[in-house]
Amino acid sequence: MRYHPLTDADRADMLARIGVPHVDALYADVPADQLLPGVLDLPKGRGELDVERLMGRMAAKNIVAGDVPFFVGAGAYRHHVPATVDHLIQRSEFLTSYTPYQPEIAQGTLQVLFEFQTQVANLLGMEVANASMYDGSTATGEAVLMAHRVTGRKKAVLSGGLHPHYAGVVDTLSEAAGDAVVALAPDPTGTEDILAAIDAETSCVVVQSPSVFGHLIDLAPIAEKAHAVGALLVAVVTEVVSLGAIEPPGAQGADIVVAEGQSLGNPIGFGGPYVGLFATKKKFVRQMPGRLAGETVDADGRRGFVLTLSTREQHIRREKATSNICTNSGLCALAFSIHLSLLGETGLRRLALLNHEAALELADSLAALPGVEVLGDTLFNEFTIRVPGDAAALVEKLAAKRILAGVPVSRLLPGAGLDDLLIVAVTETTTRDDRAALVAALRAAL
Amino acid sequence: MPMNDQGRPSRPATTTDAAAPRGTFTGNRALQLEEALLFEVGRPEVTGVDLPEPQGRRPRLGGLARKAALDLPGLSEPEAMRHYVRLSQKNWSIDAGLYPLGSCTMKHNPRLGEKMARLPGFADVHPLQPVSTVAGALDLVAELGRWLTELTGMAAVAMSPKAGAHGELAGMLAIRAALKARGLVKPVVLVPESAHGTNPATAAFAGFRVKPVPARADGTVSVDDVKAAIDDEVGAIMLTNPNTCGIFEPEVAAIAEAIHAVGGYFYCDGANFNAIVGKVRPGDFGVDAMHINLHKTFSTPHGGGGPGAGPVVLSERLAPFAPLPFVRMVDGAPVLVETAAGTADGETPFGRLAAFHGQMGMFVRALAYILSHGADGLRQASQDAVTAANYVRACLSDVMTLPFPDHPSMHEVLFDDHFLEGTGVSTLDFAKAMIDEGYHPMTMYFPLVVHGAMLIEPTESESKASLDLFCATLRDLVFAATGGDVERFTGAPRFSPRRRLDETRAARAPKLKWEKPAAAE
Repeated sequence: MRYHPLTDADRADMLARIGVPHVDALYADVPADQLLPGVLDLPKGRGELDVERLMGRMAAKNIVAGDVPFFVGAGAYRHHVPATVDHLIQRSEFLTSYTPYQPEIAQGTLQVLFEFQTQVANLLGMEVANASMYDGSTATGEAVLMAHRVTGRKKAVLSGGLHPHYAGVVDTLSEAAGDAVVALAPDPTGTEDILAAIDAETSCVVVQSPSVFGHLIDLAPIAEKAHAVGALLVAVVTEVVSLGAIEPPGAQGADIVVAEGQSLGNPIGFGGPYVGLFATKKKFVRQMPGRLAGETVDADGRRGFVLTLSTREQHIRREKATSNICTNSGLCALAFSIHLSLLGETGLRRLALLNHEAALELADSLAALPGVEVLGDTLFNEFTIRVPGDAAALVEKLAAKRILAGVPVSRLLPGAGLDDLLIVAVTETTTRDDRAALVAALRAAL
Repeated sequence: MPMNDQGRPSRPATTTDAAAPRGTFTGNRALQLEEALLFEVGRPEVTGVDLPEPQGRRPRLGGLARKAALDLPGLSEPEAMRHYVRLSQKNWSIDAGLYPLGSCTMKHNPRLGEKMARLPGFADVHPLQPVSTVAGALDLVAELGRWLTELTGMAAVAMSPKAGAHGELAGMLAIRAALKARGLVKPVVLVPESAHGTNPATAAFAGFRVKPVPARADGTVSVDDVKAAIDDEVGAIMLTNPNTCGIFEPEVAAIAEAIHAVGGYFYCDGANFNAIVGKVRPGDFGVDAMHINLHKTFSTPHGGGGPGAGPVVLSERLAPFAPLPFVRMVDGAPVLVETAAGTADGETPFGRLAAFHGQMGMFVRALAYILSHGADGLRQASQDAVTAANYVRACLSDVMTLPFPDHPSMHEVLFDDHFLEGTGVSTLDFAKAMIDEGYHPMTMYFPLVVHGAMLIEPTESESKASLDLFCATLRDLVFAATGGDVERFTGAPRFSPRRRLDETRAARAPKLKWEKPAAAE
């Protein structure tokens, strides 16, 4: 086997040195009747060429986003990632290293995390960010638990514009903790009155902007109402490229901001791995989940970085930890950080604008189709349209013509009576021809 | 005088040290290049991405256009390349050398996995594009799931957990749901003292109370202690097997029986599954739920701390409670179930743990690893890992001390600091001296049940020559410590990009973000 340096002669020498006749003697604590006598009846090992053929056949059965007009978003967005990013994250020293437990020989990872934390905090307009979470949805669940710890209350209010998968994660964690969740009805027009749902028992209000339906939400009045009753505003961002164009949640009064960072540096990859961003105010930092890198000096007085404030974490606090999370999403955070440093603020602003303009152009073209309505007045790079009839059937029809038109709302919210709604995302990777193809196909299908 | 993280003053290298660094103008030392922070080298007006000119359409941002500063410097492509390459050179990696972190399983990461994960058919596929357009992706998830259930002898698998700790949560929430479905109120979970910190943290996260079980003097958990701890309130036990001391729990089957006898469930922490793949199946020793760290056992790269993946295999009794989404096999073809509305009779998922379908990129890498090994190669890998750990043990047990000499080691060997007693050298010092010798230290001070623990996991990726040099090095260090050369340890590391870092200072006044120096305002 190509990955195993030991030869049979080595193995024999080593067993002799250990002083056992056979490797099974080392498994002496396994009950004899449970020790498998031989190799399981499963396929034997294969060479690289064979594995490539097998897996290549699986990959070939999927429709690749880059091969077709593609408008699927709703929490994961297809952007162009510079070649430099993918090269750098495959450097051995980044790819094949562990959590930086020995800071003297892990300054690369630690400095990257410190830079990542700073980029995230600045992007979200917050004072402090952690070294990343699994993804945006789990970060949202953790944000709600953190808000409960900070406020001593147990009732979260979820906007109807929150991604239904994210709401599902909050529900699951809250149910386990015995906490209450007030989830507002889906808000496909961006017009819900969330202020009315906030009361003196509310621990936090969770609002996504742009919402899952694509609308931009003015967070300032929500923050004001929340703060007036002693609750926190948890802002959720699933498309971080939007922050190159719109006011960051921190500037609108958010207390905790969580985001899905996949858009920068990471492929859509059928759902993972992604990278969760988590930021808050300095005064709440000791209630924050997840790893943190901090600056210090070494024995020679030189600047260096370490993991810090670990007294919040499971390996010290065990059942009293702020979270059971043990790692971050290191390599995805690195990809995010490299992509964002390549863009810089100049590039990010332009990228955001290009996304916005492409979406506006498509929204206007679709609104001109008979029977199609674009919902709401604001959008960034994604919007919801109402179509005559069933959106899921329409999406299937277009997929058969190799056009991936978007996400039917019924896929996320079956039985909600929103079967005629379709969420359409547009990024810099869609061409004018792609958009024209969608418009023409829809016109023909309707 | 600078203090290290133990609160002990640490002196700069003395002039008698032949290798003491001579000062340089740049602070660099040949290949060891200093690198400033991104915020010190980047400039806001620079970008490394060429994008077309926007058209100047009227925005539709509803008065929420960005007014706040971004404060994000940019790098041109060559500047970015240099910044990150220099940073990378300050990291240890398994590609560079032995990385014997016990319980972390740092073994060779085949690059075939990277190549496969980048096939557009896997990387450039959206989790919400029509199911009819992702048949190959579902095949892959189902195929990996089949291997995982066969190798563990379990009924089902939940693929969505994003890391080991997340898999623990999935398993414990399934147990919670199963207890509830049976109308049982059993809010207590038994957790041995030797357990990894994520176990009690997860139990608490899942709404259970934790009751500790002591470890025996031989490093194992006794069925009698478990039975004594079981009362009406106990709904489950979380046990790591092979355990954190690197020992296969001899009474594991009896422990499973004891918890089953009172209607409870056995959660097995599968962090050390890599010692037993193809040798014994957890389903055979009574496990109800076990997460599998794909990044350990099936060697997806650790990436400097993630992303991992933590699918959890489930027994027949827990399978109905697997979280959304899951893949159901119908006439040999995978069907994706994403919402409660899509469930069939007998499927009662406890909820959702994350958006989308799990760590697909890690699934691809893990499957490439599994298909490459096959059933025979996987069994060989476990045997070689166990042989390597016992070989290191045999080569060192006359000079280092074993807290649990009565059991063979599995894939990792645990030493304590007894052999350092009276030398003035601590486990930490010993580990730091290994850095100067060109080794990443072993896991230190874990498990907590052993004083000054040193947990060495060499893995199956090391040649015999590599293990021999490693053992010879540790022997030399032991003789130096017992021979009174304390300075070699307390002053270590000397040759790394940084010497010991002041962790107390980092925690006392946390600097978690770069701030513009006041003078630059």
